[in-house]
Amino acid sequence: MSDTPQAVDINCTTGEVTYRDLTADEIAAQQAAAAQAEADRQAREAEAAKVAADKASAEAKLAAIGLTADEIAALSK
Amino acid sequence: MANPTMTLIASQTIGSGGASTFNFTSIPNTYTDLKIELSARTSATDGSSGQSAAITFNGSSSNYNLIYLLGIGAGVYNGTATNAWMYVCPSNWTGNTFSNSTCYIPNYASSNYKSMSIESTDENNGSNTYLDIVAALWSNTAAINQITLTAGGGNFVQYSTAYLYGIKNS
Repeated sequence: MSDTPQAVDINCTTGEVTYRDLTADEIAAQQAAAAQAEADRQAREAEAAKVAADKASAEAKLAAIGLTADEIAALSK
Repeated sequence: MANPTMTLIASQTIGSGGASTFNFTSIPNTYTDLKIELSARTSATDGSSGQSAAITFNGSSSNYNLIYLLGIGAGVYNGTATNAWMYVCPSNWTGNTFSNSTCYIPNYASSNYKSMSIESTDENNGSNTYLDIVAALWSNTAAINQITLTAGGGNFVQYSTAYLYGIKNS
């Protein structure tokens, strides 16, 4: 089997299905698209992790000044 | 009286060798809307880009914008991005499970910009779940005649399946 990434082409008019090696241009274009999508995914999740950490930190500070767990939870409802 | 229909245009299940790309070509312009269903898993891990599949139209990777609402476990987040993609189950997540994703594209053959909605779910051994809801726009007036789904890393593994449906509003 080739080490070159393969595409499966599905011709929606004829129904023909073909597995083929990607061309160099396709590899470059698709790697760029995939890399951008992946970078965005990682950025989303980094932001999500930061928000979660900030929330946990805020809750800890509220608890430290005497709020109960129910009172802290009520703030975000 | 309107008689809407939904027709399977084409589908493909990846064979034992895997493939990095589903490439639907020569999509007829005879439907009103398109719908993609993707059940997929990649050979890469989530730490090495194995958790996404980029969506591109007509071979173009430009002029995509989206807003998303993302649930990870109990947390909910939102934001924007400049491309379109679905979540895919990476190789180091729950064995033999596949992600579920849907992309709906209304008026794909019109000369207006193309909007789409995307929903994805992904699960990892009961310890991590993802639900991603996206509204996206491809700022291009060309009719969509090609849809490409590209794994963010590695290959789509055997049994990953993509379906393309056409919806007619009459």
